[in-house]
Amino acid sequence: MKFDLTSLKAFIAGDRQADRVVPPSGFTAQLTVFAAGAMAFLAVFALALSLASGRLAKQWGDELARSATIRIVAPLDQRAAQTDAALRILETTKGVATARALTDAEQQALLAPWFGPDLALDTLPVPRLIEVIEDSDGMDAVGLRLRLSAEVPGAILDDHARWRAPLIKAASRLKTLGWLSIVLIAAAVAAMITLAAHAALAANAQVITVLRLVGATDDYIAQAFIRRFTLRALSGAGVGMVVGMIAMLLLPSGNDAASFLTGMGFQGWHWLLPLFIPLLAGGVAFAATGSAARRTLRELA
Amino acid sequence: MIELENVAYSYGGGELLSDISLKLAPGSFHFLTGPSGAGKTTLMKLCYGALLPTAGHIRLFGADVRGLDRDDIALVRRRVGVVHQDVKFLDHLSVSDNVSLPLTVSGRHAEAGGADLHELMSWVGLTNRADALPPELSGGERQRAALARAVIMSPDVVLADEPTGNIDWEMSQRLLRLLIELNKMGKTVLIATHDLSLIRATKAHVQARVLRIANRRIQLAGADL
Repeated sequence: MKFDLTSLKAFIAGDRQADRVVPPSGFTAQLTVFAAGAMAFLAVFALALSLASGRLAKQWGDELARSATIRIVAPLDQRAAQTDAALRILETTKGVATARALTDAEQQALLAPWFGPDLALDTLPVPRLIEVIEDSDGMDAVGLRLRLSAEVPGAILDDHARWRAPLIKAASRLKTLGWLSIVLIAAAVAAMITLAAHAALAANAQVITVLRLVGATDDYIAQAFIRRFTLRALSGAGVGMVVGMIAMLLLPSGNDAASFLTGMGFQGWHWLLPLFIPLLAGGVAFAATGSAARRTLRELA
Repeated sequence: MIELENVAYSYGGGELLSDISLKLAPGSFHFLTGPSGAGKTTLMKLCYGALLPTAGHIRLFGADVRGLDRDDIALVRRRVGVVHQDVKFLDHLSVSDNVSLPLTVSGRHAEAGGADLHELMSWVGLTNRADALPPELSGGERQRAALARAVIMSPDVVLADEPTGNIDWEMSQRLLRLLIELNKMGKTVLIATHDLSLIRATKAHVQARVLRIANRRIQLAGADL
């Protein structure tokens, strides 16, 4: 089928006569619409999953790569001295933008979820934490570790690489899986539309024979089916997409940006992306019906 | 218009038609007769591209049928009006929509509901049945509707396979007059029938040639008919 702007316009405007030559089909049409809707609904979530895990991987990669933590594990009386020594080393370390010891109040806030707010921190040998922010060049973690072990025996450098790497890996895997799901959903829509179109064409074999006898071209006959299935997929996916978006809007949003589950939704211009799902479904239906129709018509009279 | 040159056609094992040469000149009127199963319908189908010959050449409007693609065949059928023995319609459309279907599918919707349609419907006596659905029609009405559908495009050639099979003598006379009128307007007409009285009645009005299929071959029948 030739495809240019004029034929696209004609396709959208439709040919009422051409639509009428194929008998209306009630129940199976609704099934097609429903399946397209369900697939679009799932596609919205797959898309949200991909985007959220992509965002998360990037966020973890960016923020955590720029920060490290030093724990000063020492008896209470030496803790302050070792902390100062560590901070002095950090001041002269290349690649460190800022370094700062957390206050008691901050450490208490960090521990509160585990021990409750009434914890008397000063009576416990809680290690002091130093937050290190690297500059854009990054620091030499191995060299720093060596220097710390020489001068501050109680200092343990954690550059987060150990637990960051698998998390980022998992997040990007999740992102890949999300995109793969979208591809699979599109393929399933194509398969479903192809089956439905085949069934419709087979059920209308006599109609097609009559149309061929009176001089209808294959394109004319195919058009009636293609238009029907494309519009069904488009409308079904439109409804599914809207319902999916509403569900995404209703997801509870947490204040904590780092939390994965509450960060599932779309952000910013990403809200526009699901709008392409119905178009994708329509395009898939257009192609699937077209090839099914051409194949079937060749076999018929 | 339609030329067959040493055409043969075989179904599976046996040869049904062999060495058939036939030329339907513009404005000619032919009857095709022969016993049932002799291949009248097959010959008809060869004439509008529904079947391809197993040997020989068929030229439709000057083009070899083997060189035509599906779209070309569709265009040929707009110039050939066909009345089938077992008439098929689109059962969900009214009789008048079915009669104007060839106009609809060739993009001439504007004419589909025009005056020609009404005239044609009254000519075949179906004005009162215009809004009926095809399954509600009697056998004779179906055949009249099929003839109306075959000629609405004002085709160059009309092929009719037993067009009077299901209808009474008076109505078959009417259909025949319609076909004779069309022939006088310059259309080529080929009617397959085994109704000899129909052939005799026609010969009084028009110069008709009678072809007979016998022993897989086609012969020009004598003047005795």
